[in-house]
Amino acid sequence: MGSLRTGVVEGQALSIAPGVHWLGALDPGMRQFDIILKTANGTTYNAYCVRGSSGVAIIDTVKEGFSQDFFTRLESVASYDEICAVVLNHLEPDHSGALPELMRRAPQAQLYISPKAMPTLRGVLKGGLDPERIHTTLDEEGESRIIDLGDRHLHFIQTPYLHWPDTQCTWLVEDGLLFSGDVFGCHFCDERLFNDKVGDFRFSFDYYYQHIMRPFREYVLKALDLIEPLPLRLIAPAHGPVLRESPADYVRRYRQLATPLLHREAGDEKTLLIFYVSAYGATERMAQAMREGAETIEGVRVSLFDIAGGEVAPFVDLIEEADGLAFGSPTLNGDAVKPIWDLLSSLTLVNVKNKLGAAFGSFGWSGEAIGLIEDRLRGLKLRVPLKGVRLKLLPTADELVVCRDFGRDFALHLCGRAERRVLDISELG
Amino acid sequence: MPKANVTFEDIGITVTVPAGTRLIEVSEKVGAGIIYGCREGECGSCQMRIVSGGENLASPSVLEDKVLKENMAGRATRLACQAQVLGGDIVVRPA
Repeated sequence: MGSLRTGVVEGQALSIAPGVHWLGALDPGMRQFDIILKTANGTTYNAYCVRGSSGVAIIDTVKEGFSQDFFTRLESVASYDEICAVVLNHLEPDHSGALPELMRRAPQAQLYISPKAMPTLRGVLKGGLDPERIHTTLDEEGESRIIDLGDRHLHFIQTPYLHWPDTQCTWLVEDGLLFSGDVFGCHFCDERLFNDKVGDFRFSFDYYYQHIMRPFREYVLKALDLIEPLPLRLIAPAHGPVLRESPADYVRRYRQLATPLLHREAGDEKTLLIFYVSAYGATERMAQAMREGAETIEGVRVSLFDIAGGEVAPFVDLIEEADGLAFGSPTLNGDAVKPIWDLLSSLTLVNVKNKLGAAFGSFGWSGEAIGLIEDRLRGLKLRVPLKGVRLKLLPTADELVVCRDFGRDFALHLCGRAERRVLDISELG
Repeated sequence: MPKANVTFEDIGITVTVPAGTRLIEVSEKVGAGIIYGCREGECGSCQMRIVSGGENLASPSVLEDKVLKENMAGRATRLACQAQVLGGDIVVRPA
């Protein structure tokens, strides 16, 4: 494919393979995307047109403000009455911005989205599309539907949570082209468009993965199992360069990125990380007692960290691999202390869902920190199996026994060896 | 008031609750592994598998039914934020 003309020209679609065109838009001035992403090189919104012998399919659209670019490019290679199928691999507004207008201009076109995209579509279209024109990309038996374009066929690969519930990839069978949506994409704007022509975008590719895909690592691994066997000739993502030179290298890079950053040294043992901050040593003694208790349970590896120094990044990596997390904080003016919140507000990049969580701490007046931390842990979708331990000022010997028991019981939960119990709802507080 | 016994199989805890209780009111408090998102029956995050006693839950509403279908949920799956216990014994676990 190296002989194809390269470089985006205003008002013109760009051929990325015979009969397949890029219809996207360049946004070189973008410096911050979705609030959380820095975009030093801007971004592109990639949409594609696939021409078959019996019809045309459009795959994805662009952010609404760039609709004119999209429609002008589309009109340079196809007329609206030729469009039989519109596929949205992902419905976030940067891909669905021109969808309502496209469906209006091509009234015969049918829309294909993943089953999980239906609730999002309602928000995007606000009822503005005949339901008869909307189809899911899985049939009633759970098999991929096939869009027949005559001499070409589109199949669908369900890749949920990369990075929304609705995300899917579209596979152009005869040509080995994968329209991958946000997967293998990045925010990098370069009008030369192809990966073998643009500037060095490796940083953007990895950065995009770390910020967008990493929280869904388990889903990335499942998706890679589906994508790796494909005879890929080109990957056409929804942002950034089109990957025509060695596309499989980018799939391999995803596999590397999705592999745990830190090798698990605990083997089959369950890992418990205890983080604490202590003003006068009381919460620290509670943390130590909790560790002693947890370590009495075989098969649990405990680590203790005083995070008063405020480091966050290294602990995020540790937390991603851990099974259980405990946070100890004194209560200052009715709240947990800032280093604890800094860490607990930095976990959106990793998946902590269903890990076990616990809170404890010493207090002088009222001890709200423990409940607030527990609420945050539940908000992050951790399981909090035990009510936290809160002690007034310095722990007595008996109170330290309570902390040790707390650590032991938490470790039993980690190992799945907690005692079966029958409770009345009134005991739950 | 009639009571029901809800067992969260993943953590081995049974809770006695009054009839009319929604699963969401109990599962987080006991640390069960059912995960919540919107808590309003829309996002489908809190799907749970009914191991036994499904007949002891109120039938799904039209809204719950729609969300379950959109998530391609199996017949024994319910949303914990919506499912209300009527009585008897119910055993659930995360879907």
